[in-house]
Amino acid sequence: MSCSRRKLLKSALSASVAASLPISAFRFLSPAECKAATGTEGTRWGFLVDTNKCVGCGFCVKACKKENEVPYEAPVTRTWVERYVVTKNNKLHIDSPLGGRDGFTDQKIRGEEIDPAEIAKTFFVPKLCNQCENPACVQVCPVGATYQTGDGVVLVDRDWCIGCGYCIMACPYGARFFHPVHKVAEKCTFCYHRISNGQQTACVEACPFEARRIGNLLDQNDPVTKIIMTERVAVLKDEYGTKPQVFYLGLDRNVR
Amino acid sequence: MTEELIVHGLEWTDKLLFVYPNEFIYWSIQIVMYPYMTGLVAGAFVLSSLYHVFGQKDLKEMARFSLVFSLALLPVAMMPLMLHLQQPLRGMNVMFTPHFTSAIAAFGIVFSTYAVIVLTEIWFVYREYFVQQTIALKGKADLVSTFKRTLYHVLTLGAYDINEEAIAKDKKAVKIMAAIGIPVAGFLHGYAGFIFGSVKANALWMSPLMPVIFIMSAVVSGIALCMLTYIIIMEWKKLKATLARGRGDESVTTIRGAEIEVISKTSRYLIMFLVAAISLEILDLIFRGYTAMKSWDILRSVMFEEDFVKIFILQYGMGNALPFLMLMLPGLTIRRTAVALILVLFGVFMMRWNVVIGGQAFSLSFEGFMHYHLPIIPHNLETFKEGLAGALTVIATPFILFWGINKILPSLNVVESD
Repeated sequence: MSCSRRKLLKSALSASVAASLPISAFRFLSPAECKAATGTEGTRWGFLVDTNKCVGCGFCVKACKKENEVPYEAPVTRTWVERYVVTKNNKLHIDSPLGGRDGFTDQKIRGEEIDPAEIAKTFFVPKLCNQCENPACVQVCPVGATYQTGDGVVLVDRDWCIGCGYCIMACPYGARFFHPVHKVAEKCTFCYHRISNGQQTACVEACPFEARRIGNLLDQNDPVTKIIMTERVAVLKDEYGTKPQVFYLGLDRNVR
Repeated sequence: MTEELIVHGLEWTDKLLFVYPNEFIYWSIQIVMYPYMTGLVAGAFVLSSLYHVFGQKDLKEMARFSLVFSLALLPVAMMPLMLHLQQPLRGMNVMFTPHFTSAIAAFGIVFSTYAVIVLTEIWFVYREYFVQQTIALKGKADLVSTFKRTLYHVLTLGAYDINEEAIAKDKKAVKIMAAIGIPVAGFLHGYAGFIFGSVKANALWMSPLMPVIFIMSAVVSGIALCMLTYIIIMEWKKLKATLARGRGDESVTTIRGAEIEVISKTSRYLIMFLVAAISLEILDLIFRGYTAMKSWDILRSVMFEEDFVKIFILQYGMGNALPFLMLMLPGLTIRRTAVALILVLFGVFMMRWNVVIGGQAFSLSFEGFMHYHLPIIPHNLETFKEGLAGALTVIATPFILFWGINKILPSLNVVESD
């Protein structure tokens, strides 16, 4: 009897080894790997901001709020414009009232009058989510509700986010906030619903001066990619190792 | 702005100079409470383990009490998180889809492991008592006794053997559980420090010392709370007994109050951990000043200007230096110890405050500041949850729980067999 039990165990073991062999011969490919293997050109969305062209009109912020249903009056926004005024004594004045939504019509900065004769330089810097290659926000999400798509855009699952705010804390750029209505983490998505359908983002479309452009970084013929490849571009806060994918032309050292 | 259109943080955040539009104090009072409460849990457990594992006989009186108290604190460590979440009903998602690159994802696992250890240890400590109670209550027919007997009956889990050999086995099991519990308690709290220390975007939080500092101050606060509660309860019992005898109730025997022996011995452990915690914090501060990285300018202005009173007067001065002196000076009395303990607890709370709120006191742009105003009188759910009322609810709960648990698991004035 004991002999036959041993025999049974033996053959059961060899049967399971034999059965698992063909299974291990297959490799489970992720959709991204499949796509890469089929040879078609991939997509990696990147953004180009030309600060020399931005006049701080705030059309991009307006368009974004409307397109993405971020409450218009709420002081939070997916994209914003900062105004920098550097005076001759090298003092820095920065503001972004309501994210620059209504433009910068007041000469005062946070109520402070600056003598025009004292101004050394002044410029505007549009900001949005950097769709980092190594996103800190995705790393810290405890439930995996925020994730990076195959084409490099970081999205939030509104039905799974628990609203702990860890991603908001982890983002060095202040790109995230709690959506006032949905009560979950909210951020710029490069208008993923639009770019996936061959359209431009709302902010790019609204910008009258082509200060904002979006392109596919994997396509060397893409005009945006060409500029990033051939000209001197900078990114924001690269010391955090997040590898931001929003590139800036004419970025000043004073930009925070 | 309509009711449903609440921008989280807008209510209690004041911005100064340039702050990014989306920046607010997102982590408020409940995130101060969270490491404070987990610290108390871990500290209380470590205190009881010092007796069970290392046989520190001088802590015998405190061991049983601090173990039961850590059970009472256990559910409370989770409360601030639930009160803080924007979607509290989805809190369970952390257990369903833990995303392990996140420090918070480990919470469910570490916390439940820890809960199991505490419960197991308590069961082994109290098994003999459960059996004794089941036998003692057998004859009584009144409703309360029947209920109590059934409860203890269930709690024995069918293990009725209380001969010497079985009890010796229980003691061994307690020792093992306590020994496993120490690193888990350390981990439970150390990773709370990791949650902050690993946020690279935050110049104040990011430090590899953060988890260690958190563990040390956790033990300090845990020991302090256990000692303080012990003093209050023992003195209260003494007072009650004295009053009863004053009324001529001869049935009351003399109950001793808190003993200075127990207190002064426990306070030595408190001082040890306090010194370790402060040394690490000072090291962190000196290192930041010396290396003077990009963020030092703004950190310096937060520490030495904006938050000077909170950090150097309230935390280091009143919360650390003063109680340290009070406990070290000769001629220690119960009353002086009690005051010192309150100050220690306050000091650790201020440390949590200065880390959590202080870490958000400056903008990510390093060009501005944010001030936090704790909502005192709640006018909606959010200002209740993340205001004074919510914090007080969290503070009060462990004492209410302890009162209830102590009815079933008496942990004070127990005469142990050995």
